[in-house]
Amino acid sequence: MFFLNFVLRNVFRARLRTALTIVGLVIAVLAFGLLQTVVRAWYAGADAASATRLITRSAISLTFSMPVYYRDKIRAVPGVTAVSVSNWFGGVYKDPKNFFPQFAIDAPTFFPMYPEFVFEADSYREFLRDRRGAAVGRQLADLYGFKIGDTIPLKSAIYPGTWEFNVRAIYDAKDDTTITRQMYFHYDYLNEQIKRVAPRRADQAGVFVVGINEGQAAPDISRVIDAEFKNSLAETLTETEKAFTLGFVAMVETIVVAIEGVSYVVILIIMAVAANTMAMTARERMSEYATLKALGFKPAAVAAMIIAEAFLLAILGAGLGMLLTPIVVKAFHAATVSVFAKMPLVAHTFYLQAVCALAVGLVAGIVPAIRAARVKIVDGLRHVA
Amino acid sequence: MKIPASYIARNLWVRKLTTGLTAGGMALVVFVFAAVLMLDAGLKATLVATGSPDNVVVIRQGSQTEVQSGVSRDQAALIETSPEVALGADGRPWVSKEVVVLNSLPKIQASGSNQSTKRSNVVVRGLPEIGKTLRPQVRIIEGRMFRAGSSEIIVGKSVASGFAGVEIGQHLSFAGREWTVVGVFDAGKTAFDSEIWGDVEQMMQAFRRVVYSSVIAKIAAPELFGALKLRVDADPRLKVDIKREAEFYGDQSSSLSSFITLLGMALSVIFSLGAMIGATITMYAAVATRTAEIGTLRALGFQRASILVAFLIESLLLAFVGGVVGIAAASFLTAITVSTTNFQSFSELAFAFTLTPRIVIFALVFSLLMGFVGGFLPAIKASKMKIVDALRAD
Repeated sequence: MFFLNFVLRNVFRARLRTALTIVGLVIAVLAFGLLQTVVRAWYAGADAASATRLITRSAISLTFSMPVYYRDKIRAVPGVTAVSVSNWFGGVYKDPKNFFPQFAIDAPTFFPMYPEFVFEADSYREFLRDRRGAAVGRQLADLYGFKIGDTIPLKSAIYPGTWEFNVRAIYDAKDDTTITRQMYFHYDYLNEQIKRVAPRRADQAGVFVVGINEGQAAPDISRVIDAEFKNSLAETLTETEKAFTLGFVAMVETIVVAIEGVSYVVILIIMAVAANTMAMTARERMSEYATLKALGFKPAAVAAMIIAEAFLLAILGAGLGMLLTPIVVKAFHAATVSVFAKMPLVAHTFYLQAVCALAVGLVAGIVPAIRAARVKIVDGLRHVA
Repeated sequence: MKIPASYIARNLWVRKLTTGLTAGGMALVVFVFAAVLMLDAGLKATLVATGSPDNVVVIRQGSQTEVQSGVSRDQAALIETSPEVALGADGRPWVSKEVVVLNSLPKIQASGSNQSTKRSNVVVRGLPEIGKTLRPQVRIIEGRMFRAGSSEIIVGKSVASGFAGVEIGQHLSFAGREWTVVGVFDAGKTAFDSEIWGDVEQMMQAFRRVVYSSVIAKIAAPELFGALKLRVDADPRLKVDIKREAEFYGDQSSSLSSFITLLGMALSVIFSLGAMIGATITMYAAVATRTAEIGTLRALGFQRASILVAFLIESLLLAFVGGVVGIAAASFLTAITVSTTNFQSFSELAFAFTLTPRIVIFALVFSLLMGFVGGFLPAIKASKMKIVDALRAD
């Protein structure tokens, strides 16, 4: 009890310094948590992927399409339960800044494979009925204020001209990992229009979404599908939806790795600040430590006091920072919702914050603690800060 | 009367650990700050240097990138016969009709990593012989140029170092053919370093394309661009966008560049708060431990203003040391080449950290600013002390 009391009183002796150090720690722990969450956000698409969906695309690159009749050949592969078409539209809504993904899909085969999108039965029927109908995710609808009945004009860089779509359905997410920040419309409508203006580009599929009955069979089924189109004009590459999504993250891996690296730099910065605080504290009190020793306290006890003080600082700062993290993440996500569909705050982030804070405490306290433990009573008593 | 500079410097020197830790924290912030600016400068330098001032790029209206574009043979011929286009010694126009596609290739993995192969999109450009003439910065550094009418390709320096299976003599298999790598070219740190080049007619056949992706033309003089643009825009047969090559590539840097800048500036500001707090703590401690000394100085006749300035200079000096160390550390980054996907063109782009004098000045100013803010309140406190109280302090 005495020990704790002693440490507590010491921590708050230099109030300004303690307060500043804690503020610094809070900022660092917050920044660290935020950056870790941003890194996680890149992987949100992979979290939403299902193990029983494969993506088949052109082996050359995503910018190449495949003949749409591949669908029937893929459907015939054993283990495949459903196949649907999905074409990236690349439309711009008013301004290039308003980015959101749009896909031309074959709804009757597509949505049964995506049970995580929850539709109202009525509006879903309306969507199927309207050739120019669009199904908009809840997040997207909230972002731009789309309502059922609205018309969305999109200018595509891939398909010439301005296209208009009618919002017929707004779908919700089944759970937290589901991303509903995209728009779907009818592949048939796109294809008809293309047939008229650029017949050579019609009847082409960007990717095929392939439903399979069990996730374990994915590697084998992928191999069979790709073998089917080997040496054809458009060879394919089939992988799980997760691998496909991670492929995008891999493209910008350098940036993701840099953000993660930088998140540790802020910990180093605060380590230096906290170590400085503890070093100054211990230097000022060298004569007190000598007095304690003269009273019979063991060197280890004196060292423990300093370490405990450093830990207490770190715990206070980290605790406050961790409490504030969800608020800051939420505010940050609100500002960047057009870039990041999801910003999942996971338990792992809090663990990392706690571990880093304890590391800061340990590093900050260790050198002054050793010094205080080693100081000779005579020298310590004579010490002038 | 001014307080001697040596007094200020010695005060920092005498508390080495504290000075080192505080300056170290600031150095880390300056390092991040400079690194971000260097990355952005490298990206811009690479893309801007890619374009020559008297080359123009023609792509389909609204297509933004060469990959999404399509220019028909008729349209290309119209551009070719424009009077603004420069003519070569043989009287033929300096126009390169090209096809650009993306090919996803496996990247070289860091040794020891057991992750599945990572792929990224590489620009594959089919071009006629004149295409290389239009880019004088490109030279073959290994092997030889591809032969017209063959399935031979040459790879850019960054592709050669970043991707697997592209060494001379190896084959790439795409579009139903085997393409043999016969050379490596250096495009002088431009975006072409991240490309693969081959014969345009062979590529058109292999990819079964009937239209070109883009037309690159050299104009007889840079100021003729306006006239050419007017002619092209007025011609109803030409539904194309025409841009100066430098502008075309510069535009491709905008979204990645603003992402890097925004993220970097946000980080620098947050991190600098930490470092400024560090400086404040240090300077308050400096003031507290030297109370008696401050009293003596005042008694000797030094003005309050001199004390204020002395402590501010001490803090600025501390920050300057941090700034210099941070910049020195960041300068080592210039040896590193970053390769990532530019989402605007959806293809891989390699660029190096680039240190410019402007960045050095920015980073130093930034560090001094941190020192000023961090040292301001403690300096005020020092200057406000009463002589009698200060002298009495133990």
